[in-house]
Amino acid sequence: MSAADILFHLFAFFTVACAVATVINHNAVNSAMFFLLSLVGVSAIFVLLDAFLLAVLMVLVYGGAVVALFLFIIMLLDMQGGDRKPFTKPTIVAGTIAGALMIVGLISFAKASQILPATNAGSVLPVGANLKFYAEQLFTTYLLPVQIVGFLLLISMLGVIVLSKKFAGLEDVK
Amino acid sequence: MMTVGLYHYLMLAGLLFAIGFLGVLIRKNTLVIYMCLELMLVASTVALVAFSRFNGTMDGNVFVFFILTVAAAEVAVGLAIIVALFRRRQTVQVEELNALKN
Repeated sequence: MSAADILFHLFAFFTVACAVATVINHNAVNSAMFFLLSLVGVSAIFVLLDAFLLAVLMVLVYGGAVVALFLFIIMLLDMQGGDRKPFTKPTIVAGTIAGALMIVGLISFAKASQILPATNAGSVLPVGANLKFYAEQLFTTYLLPVQIVGFLLLISMLGVIVLSKKFAGLEDVK
Repeated sequence: MMTVGLYHYLMLAGLLFAIGFLGVLIRKNTLVIYMCLELMLVASTVALVAFSRFNGTMDGNVFVFFILTVAAAEVAVGLAIIVALFRRRQTVQVEELNALKN
């Protein structure tokens, strides 16, 4: 096993452990912190995949903006943990079915892994490591999607402003 | 032990997706559900980058760009909705948000 393989197993375990901690933690702030650690693990995986720019963007956008926003909202709403209510019957049934489906999917994927192309990372040029390729793709093949995404950002900004506005005359639906 | 290849990265992505999915199903706090949704998005980006790396193409990497952008916009709008909801109902627990039920 090479050093990269050991690092992959290390970071994969770290990422999955932090993701599990995100799900099972009762405190929302702790959940957000473990989510942040999980994202750091994912960006380490990106570094192992030679996508350095994406690793940096992952930490900047997700760790810097998204998780910070989550933490702001959690503290703004100041939620109490409260007593945990037991699961309702539909939740248990749906959770069991969905969990079983996920496990079956993962096992069938593990069994069918030989249909994957047996590519060796060493024989393929790591195009993701080169910034030039990103720029080339974004300004040629993906020029229209870039414009559309820019428009989407504008619309979502307007949407957030409207949503945060207080409207007079709206009754509580309770 | 075999060397790490595409298979391992895809298994990691599938596992992360499954964990996020489980969180969406079993958690009751809307904010944590939202976080688990983000986890599922991140899992899909891992698969995309792995495919890109092992095929020597750029498309997966560029798609991750768009996923990041859409995720940022989505989080802003979603959290604004949650805050608006909290101002109305004083709660973010999903079992108490059942105004559409009857």
